[in-house]
Amino acid sequence: MKYLDEYRDRKIAAQIVDEIRRTLTRPWVVMEVCGGQTHSIVKNGIDYLLPAAVELVHGPGCPVCVTPLEMIDKAHAIARLPNVIFCSFGDMLRVPGSEGDLFTIKSLGGDVRVVYSPLDCLKIARANPEKQVVFFAIGFETTAPANAMLAWRAREESLNNLSLLVSHVLVPPALEAILEAPGNRVQGFLGPGHVCAVMGTREYDPISARYHVPIVITGFEPLDILQGTLMTIRQLESGRATVENQYSRILNREGNLAAQKLIATVFKVGDRKWRGIGTIPSSGYHLREEFARHDAEKLFDVDAIAPQEPEICISGAILRGLKKPHDCPAFATLCTPQRPLGATMVSAEGACAAYYAYGRHLSPHGSDPYHQANSETEDVHANR
Amino acid sequence: MCLAIPGKVLSTFDQHGLRMAKVQFGGVVREACLEYVPEVQAGEYVLVHVGFALSRIDEAEAERTYQALRELGQLTELETPVNDEHDERAQFVPVKVDPGGDGR
Repeated sequence: MKYLDEYRDRKIAAQIVDEIRRTLTRPWVVMEVCGGQTHSIVKNGIDYLLPAAVELVHGPGCPVCVTPLEMIDKAHAIARLPNVIFCSFGDMLRVPGSEGDLFTIKSLGGDVRVVYSPLDCLKIARANPEKQVVFFAIGFETTAPANAMLAWRAREESLNNLSLLVSHVLVPPALEAILEAPGNRVQGFLGPGHVCAVMGTREYDPISARYHVPIVITGFEPLDILQGTLMTIRQLESGRATVENQYSRILNREGNLAAQKLIATVFKVGDRKWRGIGTIPSSGYHLREEFARHDAEKLFDVDAIAPQEPEICISGAILRGLKKPHDCPAFATLCTPQRPLGATMVSAEGACAAYYAYGRHLSPHGSDPYHQANSETEDVHANR
Repeated sequence: MCLAIPGKVLSTFDQHGLRMAKVQFGGVVREACLEYVPEVQAGEYVLVHVGFALSRIDEAEAERTYQALRELGQLTELETPVNDEHDERAQFVPVKVDPGGDGR
């Protein structure tokens, strides 16, 4: 485990934290949206470093986490079919459905393949014309350009043995769902950096204006997150609410226009169910009619039953920033990364899995084990 | 899995009508599609997500972001086996001495 004082940039980090402290006059709740940011915050103890009045809550930006159980069961049903080569990103392999995971299916003789890029599926489909090749196309906007290109090329090349099982989700509708939910606590957002490298920052303007909430598009490195937090706190303290771009060295207001164009050609926006949260209107991509012969949901008659999630799991409240992993009685007892009960434990980018991976389940109520006993602090660091 | 990884474009080529590149990430060379950043040339740095270059970035930023991802253990997608119809394997080139020299 690395702690922030090991960083080459620790002096700058301390300056930013000081500036946040000087700016603060009251408590604020800020949500980081992206799972990569959550991972970075927990790994580096950034939330411990911030003044106690700034609470970071962890958002829904982990695509593996929010893929609904029905969709995972549907994927597994297709993967079990004879004559099917089922392709997936590696992150999805260990996510359990109602009966086992993709690894289990592979071990029982299913042809399950991990791909680095969706384009790998083109190669597999060309090389196996007698088989049906199905790709599990999950992701946020960052992944949409790649998945859109796969569908586009499948149609262009008339690769009629290639289809996509699409479970794509979009960030802006999720932010609106969080802000509109009863009991919402989130007062500002650290927006998702690499999502905006594709989509730009424009689509966040209406949300910021409508809900009067600061949205600062932020990177995932510790200094990025600290700076993004400072920019958010400055807005909150001065009563402003606008979209700012902390990550301007990577992205701009427009995003990647060529990618946006192909996404719009291949996908249409429609309702999408999010694991732990439920259906959010207009929150996902679906293949357009012109791509119907590459749409696995239409090609394979695998009506999945709607499985029940364990009642004890509070991942929905965690994904909305209402609760933290330690509020859950099952956290690290009944529910572990090896036997996850819900969304926030199934992928390393989920809040519960990140807390578990960095040993936070061992400290009571998620308290900071480093800054509690000052005399021991030096020893703890020396032993790391 | 929404993080993109910076790499250096070594060479560009055409593959079934798509503009592609060999891109170097630390010690690993993989293919990436350049259709969304058509202006990019060999020698430049790009941000790559699941085999697609999404934007062009400068060398210093590429190095910084790559190291940050490595510290976060977020480079596992690069270890995915290569699926190639011509049976080309991922080419491993000798890992360079860490130019960051940050003493980790």
